[in-house]
Amino acid sequence: MSTTLHLKLRIWRQDGPSAAGHFEDIDAPGIKDDMSFLEMLDIVNERLNADGREPITFDHDCREGICGTCSLMINGQAHGPQRRTATCQLHMRHFHDGQTVIIEPWRAAAFPVVRDLMVDRSAFDRIVEAGGFITAPSGGAPDANLILVPKPVADAAMDAAECIGCGACVAACPNGAANLFTAAKVAHLNLLPQGQPERYARVEAMVETMEEHFGSCTNHGECEQACPKSISIDVIALMNADYVRSKLKNRRKLARVHT
Amino acid sequence: MATAPATAAPGTLDAKIPAGPIQQRWESYKFDAKLVNPANKRRYEIIVVGTGLAGASAAATLAELGYNVSVFTFHDSPRRAHSIAAQGGINAAKNYRGDGDSIYRLFYDTVKGGDFRARESNVYRLAEVSVDIIDQCVAQGVPFAREYGGLLDNRSFGGAQVSRTFYARGQTGQQLLLGAYQALARQIGLGTVKLYNRIELVDVVLVDGRCAGIVVRDLTTGEIRSHAAHAVVLATGGYSNAFYLSTNAMACNATAIWRAHRRGAYLANPCYTQIHPTCIPQSDEFQSKLTLMSESLRNDGRIWVPRDADDGRPPDKVPEQDRDYYLERRYPSFGNLAPRDIASRAAKVECDRGKGVGPLKNGVYLDFSEAIGRLGQSVIEERYGNLFEMYERITGENPYASPMRIYPAPHYTMGGLWVDYELMTTIPGLYAAGEANFSDHGANRLGASALMQGLADGYFVLPYTIGNYLAPQLGTKPVPTDHPAFVAAEAEAKARFDGFLAVKGTRSVDWFHRELGRIMWEYCGMERTREGLEKALGEIPALYDEFRKDLRVLGSGDTVNQSLEKAGRVEDFFELNMLMCRDALERNESCGGHFRAEYQTEDGEARRDDENFAHVAAWEWSGDPLTANLHVEPLEFDYVHLATRSYK
Repeated sequence: MSTTLHLKLRIWRQDGPSAAGHFEDIDAPGIKDDMSFLEMLDIVNERLNADGREPITFDHDCREGICGTCSLMINGQAHGPQRRTATCQLHMRHFHDGQTVIIEPWRAAAFPVVRDLMVDRSAFDRIVEAGGFITAPSGGAPDANLILVPKPVADAAMDAAECIGCGACVAACPNGAANLFTAAKVAHLNLLPQGQPERYARVEAMVETMEEHFGSCTNHGECEQACPKSISIDVIALMNADYVRSKLKNRRKLARVHT
Repeated sequence: MATAPATAAPGTLDAKIPAGPIQQRWESYKFDAKLVNPANKRRYEIIVVGTGLAGASAAATLAELGYNVSVFTFHDSPRRAHSIAAQGGINAAKNYRGDGDSIYRLFYDTVKGGDFRARESNVYRLAEVSVDIIDQCVAQGVPFAREYGGLLDNRSFGGAQVSRTFYARGQTGQQLLLGAYQALARQIGLGTVKLYNRIELVDVVLVDGRCAGIVVRDLTTGEIRSHAAHAVVLATGGYSNAFYLSTNAMACNATAIWRAHRRGAYLANPCYTQIHPTCIPQSDEFQSKLTLMSESLRNDGRIWVPRDADDGRPPDKVPEQDRDYYLERRYPSFGNLAPRDIASRAAKVECDRGKGVGPLKNGVYLDFSEAIGRLGQSVIEERYGNLFEMYERITGENPYASPMRIYPAPHYTMGGLWVDYELMTTIPGLYAAGEANFSDHGANRLGASALMQGLADGYFVLPYTIGNYLAPQLGTKPVPTDHPAFVAAEAEAKARFDGFLAVKGTRSVDWFHRELGRIMWEYCGMERTREGLEKALGEIPALYDEFRKDLRVLGSGDTVNQSLEKAGRVEDFFELNMLMCRDALERNESCGGHFRAEYQTEDGEARRDDENFAHVAAWEWSGDPLTANLHVEPLEFDYVHLATRSYK
C-alpha cells in the first residue's frame, strides 16, 4: 500500500553556464512512495509554478531507463541509491519520511552546467565521432548470416553495447574520467568480427579524443558502481590492452598483410 | 531565382506509383529515377530533422553518398531519439528459419495486419528492402541475438505465423539506433554532416511553392534562426503524446509535422492511432507516462482474467478452471499473439465487464508461470530479463513469482504526413520518413515493423528518391535566409513564443496537456462513437481558448525554458487533436486501431466498410482544423484480396 513522504529538498539552481549557482531549499510534503523520482520533481515544479517561482530545469525523456537523458547526483550518488537504476526508474519507496534529499547536476569539468540540473554532455559525441563506429556505408553489406558471430562473443559485445551514454560513470569518478563510457563502445566493436579491420585505429582515436576532454582513470571503480547498466570495468582493461597494441603495431604494414 | 518545375503541384494526390507488376516496381523506379553524379552531390544542401532510426539513417546515408547534410535534434545528443526505447525486434523476410517466410508473405501480413488501409506498392517495397536492413545492421556491428553456431536467431511476434523477428535482447531499438547514430557520428567526424543539437524546428518555409528550408529555435538561448536547403526531410516521429499519457518519451511531439501541415503538407489518416496491449497499468493521477512491456512477452506469457468479476483471490490462488484465457478462447489460431488492435480491445472488453485485476481493476494478467515451468526460469530470464527487472522497479512486484498486470496504452501513430511513393509530402522538396509519414502500416501496425520502416525509409528509400528531385536543380543555390519568406516566418515564430510568456495566467502547460489528453483518451481512444467525438470537438476548442487566456509560463525566452518549449508543443497538439477527432468522425467504419462502436459485428469485431472507406483521408489546412479540407486517395488492392481480417 502506498505511503506518503514529507521530504526536504536541497536543489542546485544555476541560471546559466557562466552564472554562479546555489542550493535552494524546497519543502516537499505529500510525496507518494509509488512515484518515480522524476514524477516527484514534476510535482515540485507544478507547485513552484503555482507559487510564481520558476520551475527547476532537469534533463529527462524516455523515463524507461534507456535513452540516457536523465542524470542527477542524489545525496552524492549518481542516479541515487538503487543500483543498476537510472534516475527515471528510481522510485520514492527508496526514501523515507523526513529525509533530506540533496539534488545536484553531474559534476565534471567536461560536462558544463547548462542550467540548474542540466549539463552539456557533447564531449561523449566527440569520442564516438572519432572512432566509435564500424565503417559500413549503406548498401554494400554481405548477407547477414555470412558473418558468423559465436554466441559468447555476441553476448559479451551486447553487454558492453548496453551503455546508455548517461554520464554517471564520469560524474561518479573522482577524476572525471570517461574510461568506462569509451571502453564500453571500444569493447562492443572490438570484440566483434566486423570490428576487426578498424580495431586499432578505432581505439587509438577514441582514447586520444577522450583524453582531450576528460580526466585520467586511476582504477577507483566508482564508475562500475554508478553505471545504471552495470557495465563491468573489465572493458577498461580490454581498451587499455588494445590501445597499447595500437601503439606497438605498424599499422601501415598491418593494412598490407591484413592482420 | 532559377528553379526547375516542381514534380508535383500541391493539391493533387498523385502517389506516383510506378507501373508494372508489384515485384518490379521498385526496381523499375530506381532505374527510371534521375541520378546526381557523385561529384555534383556536394553541391546540394539537405536538411534532416530528427535523429531517430529514420533521421539518423537517412542523414548518414545521404552524407555517405556525398550530399551536404545538416541534421537537427532537440535532444542533447542524436542518440537520445525515442527509437531507442523500442524493445522487441525488427522484422525481415530473410526466411532464415525455413518456415515459409518470403517477401511476399511479409508484404501480405503487413497489408492484412494494417486492415487493408495501406498502399500496396509502398508495403511491398518495405518487405523487399527489409532483408537489406538486417545485412546493413550486422555489418555495422549491431549485436543481434545469435544461435550457438554463430547464425542469427529469430523470434515470432504478434500478427504473424512465422519467426521473422531479429532482436538484441529486449533492447533492439537501442542497438539499431546506436548503429545508425554511429554511422551518423562517423559522417559528423568527417565533416559531411553538420549537427545541430538542442535545436527545435518551429516552422517550415516555402518559396515559390517549394520547401526552401526551416526556422528553428535554439533551446539553450531562445534564438530563432533560419536554415535553407534544396530539400528537407522530416523524421520527427509520431504524435501519441496527443493523449498526454502514452508510452512515448516526454519530449515526443507533433510540432514538425503540424507546422508542415499548416504550410500546406496534407496530413493523412490522423485517427489511426495504435494502442499497445502490453503496458503497465496507470497507478495514480501523478503518473507522467506509461511504460511499455514488449509485445514479445506474449510469446511466452498467457493473458487471462478471473472468470468471476468478484474473484478477489490473489492470482496464484485462482485455479485453472476459474481463469479465462480470453485471447486463446476467442482467437484459437493466433491466441496470445493476436495483433495489437485486437489484443488491446479484448483487454478493454474484459476490464469494462469489471474483470480487471489490480488495485484499480485496470489491468489483465500476463502470466509466465507455465513458461517458467516448461522452460525453466533461466531461459525466461535470458529472453526477457531486462523487462522483468523494469517491471519490478516500477511496480515493486516480482513477475517471476506472480503474473504481470498489463493494460493497453497509446503507443504509435500510423497516421502522419501524406507522402507519395518517393516519400515526398504535398510540398515539393519536403519529405517525411519513419513514423512521421503515414504510408506503410495502414490502420494498424504489426509488432517489430516500426524499426523496419524507419530504417527502410532512411537507408534504402530516401537516398534513391531524393536524387530524382534534386537532379533537375543542378546549379541552383538554396534560397538565401534573408528572403522575405524566412524573415516573416522568423518574426511569426518569435511572436508566438513571446506570446506564451505574455499570457501570465494561472495554469501550467502540463495542466493543459493533462486535461487535453483526458478528453482524447475518453472520446478518441480505444473506442470511438459519433456522440463522443462530437463532444470532444466541443470540449477541445473550449480548452484551447482557456489555454490562450490562462496559460502560465514563467521565466524568460532567452535561456533554457522547458515550460516554454512545451507550450509550443501542446498548442500544436490542440490543433492536431481537433483534426484527429474530425478524421475519426468522418471515417464511418471500424478498421485497425480505429474502432467506432457503431460499426461492429455481433461478436464485437471491427466492421470495415470497403465500399466507402478503402481510401486514405488526406487533410489540407484551411486556417482552422475544424474546417480542414478532405482529399481522398483511393486504395487499390490488386494483390492482397480484401477480406475480413480473421485471426480465429
